[in-house]
Amino acid sequence: MTQKAIEFHNISKKFKHAQYYAVDKVNLSIEEGEFITILGSSGSGKTTLLKMVNKLYEPSQGSISLFGEDIANIDSIRLRRKIGYVIQQIGLFPHMTIAQNVATIPKLLQWNKKKINDRVAYLLNLVGLDANDFMNRYPSQLSGGQQQRIGLARALAVDPKIMLLDEPLGAVDAITRLSLQEELLRIHGGLNKTFLLVTHDINEAFKLGSRVVIMNSGKVSQFDTPRNIVANPADEFVYSLIESSRSQEQFWEGLR
Amino acid sequence: MIEYALEYPDKLLYPLLEHIQMLVITLMISLILAAFLTIISIYSRLLSKTLVYFFSVIYAVPSIALFALLIPLTGLGKTTAIIVLVLYNQYVLLRNFLEGLDEVDPAVTEAATGIGMTKMQLLIKIKIPLSKRALFTGIRISVVTTIGIATIAAFINAGGLGSILNDGLRTVNTVKILWGSILAAGLAIVTNTILSKFERKL
Amino acid sequence: MDNNIWLQMKDYFAENMGDFLIAVKEHLEVSLIALLIAIIIGISCGYVCFKYKKMESKIIPFFQVLRVIPSLAILLLLIPIMGTGIKSAIIALVLLSVPPVLMNTVVGIKEVPGFLIESAYGMGMTERQVFWKVQLPLALPLIFTGIKIATIEIIASATLAAKIGSGGIGEIIFTGLGLNRTDLLVIGGITVGLMTILASFIIELINRMLMRYKYLK
Ligand SMILES: Nc1ncnc2c1ncn2[C@@H]1O[C@H](COP(=O)(O)OP(=O)(O)O)[C@@H](O)[C@H]1O
Ligand SMILES: [Mg+2]
Repeated sequence: MTQKAIEFHNISKKFKHAQYYAVDKVNLSIEEGEFITILGSSGSGKTTLLKMVNKLYEPSQGSISLFGEDIANIDSIRLRRKIGYVIQQIGLFPHMTIAQNVATIPKLLQWNKKKINDRVAYLLNLVGLDANDFMNRYPSQLSGGQQQRIGLARALAVDPKIMLLDEPLGAVDAITRLSLQEELLRIHGGLNKTFLLVTHDINEAFKLGSRVVIMNSGKVSQFDTPRNIVANPADEFVYSLIESSRSQEQFWEGLR
Repeated sequence: MIEYALEYPDKLLYPLLEHIQMLVITLMISLILAAFLTIISIYSRLLSKTLVYFFSVIYAVPSIALFALLIPLTGLGKTTAIIVLVLYNQYVLLRNFLEGLDEVDPAVTEAATGIGMTKMQLLIKIKIPLSKRALFTGIRISVVTTIGIATIAAFINAGGLGSILNDGLRTVNTVKILWGSILAAGLAIVTNTILSKFERKL
Repeated sequence: MDNNIWLQMKDYFAENMGDFLIAVKEHLEVSLIALLIAIIIGISCGYVCFKYKKMESKIIPFFQVLRVIPSLAILLLLIPIMGTGIKSAIIALVLLSVPPVLMNTVVGIKEVPGFLIESAYGMGMTERQVFWKVQLPLALPLIFTGIKIATIEIIASATLAAKIGSGGIGEIIFTGLGLNRTDLLVIGGITVGLMTILASFIIELINRMLMRYKYLK
């Protein structure tokens, strides 16, 4: 039996004072090296689901295991250092240079200087930026797209096996977005890592995901390859999602 | 302590009233001047920056030094005290006024300008009503600052609560020092509390 | 001001340069000691307020009231308790200057955006690392503003503290007031004024050097 990279076992989360479950009995099983996208409208529980993986949130019920190990038994600091985490607001530290940002965790792990410098240069090149040019700049001196590339580089710093990306392209313009999507696919292809990417853009979800999780009010409506989802929508919600995308397309076709 | 107050009530009451009088006069002059400076600042960014910077430098100079420097020009007494107090207040008031007015949502001011309001109409009809709390905060801070610095003015014979302290220091009379300090602190705390209550209702 | 004053001032410096320098030294010493203590207390109390929400509702109101009380009253209220002298002066100055440092520390830490803190935790920082590497450095610009306000307050009040026997430039001013000597008033006033302006300038300079990232093009 091959080991699963991430398994959600009947995971639920209800926030204090909340009426409803933000995440409701989710069961998912994800293979190593997959690129999973999580699609759903705002408030459907995507972020909550993601944050339970790196223990920023505690589940109310259920368990999550990474490579067969229940994360409840893993120290949260140790766990998070093995998981890359990228958010929409990027969260680069404004008081640190690009190099210092990328090197944050390697420094905390007391890598030697040479190893850190090599790693920073390697990562900046990996995300398509000239290391010599960018290393000593501050985040405020970068464009939004460049900042998000650095966010990605920082998350990859200590070579995590799992990457959590919460609407990483949500704040960049449409053209930059397309090039960053290609970049994400390229980076994922070159490394044997499991990507879990949240988006509310159906095109992005279907373009990037080897399999797509479709969420609706805390529940998983469907979890399958883009092709299968389009062929057999599991429920009314998924069906209407695909239809709305189709009508968009017809609109574009009509302009030809 | 209590005996002293019972025996010489006017020795405490008179300085207190004098202090309040100094406060009221200062405040009236300060507000008129600050309102004027704020309005002309609205028409010129450069002027507004220059004014704030100028008053910030004055504000940084200790009051006792400012008193000392003015004595050769305006002599000892209330006039000098009030000039210094007004100068200090300008920084507090002007900064709070300008910042308060600036915090009004740009979308609102744009909309108002869009329907053809002049800068003055914008100020009176939109900005002041929307930022009245911030404006009032400035006034409260300047009142408290004035009460504090006015105690120091007694060293240049301006009277007020500081004169009790000054007397006490000269005659090494702890009772007087205590009464002076307590009245000054009490006046500041009570005024601040009342004004804060009022401010929250705005 | 007539020529007479300039002559008097020249005479003063010719005869009393030594005393003048001692007064400057005393003033700076008392101020610097008080400032250092105030910074330490202010930042630590700020940290305690941030760490223990229950303490915040006790510490903050205390210092808020303290901030409202006239400096002279605080300075003199200590006489019955501590007597006169440099020690009481320093304690009073500390009391006067802790509030701006403390308040700005609390606000500075609170104003660090939540998503930055979340990123920091998300990448595997411990609570302590998040504080030292992210929250404190990002609160620093506001803390510096607090330190600047504290410095101005201290230098000003240290002048008044001459009244409770701490020496310094205040002595020159009060002597001038007592003897009705304009030259002393002008010398004292200008010296203290220059001291505060210079001190805030130096703090601003350090601030800009440390927080270079804030002042990029
Ligand atoms: N920290 C929180 N405390 C309370 N409720 C929350 C919190 N975070 C999210 N929620 C609620 O949980 C639901 C799902 O939120 P979220 O996971 O952020 O959705 P999404 O990322 O899909 O937009 C929403 O109803 C939201 O209001
Ligand atoms: Mg979300």
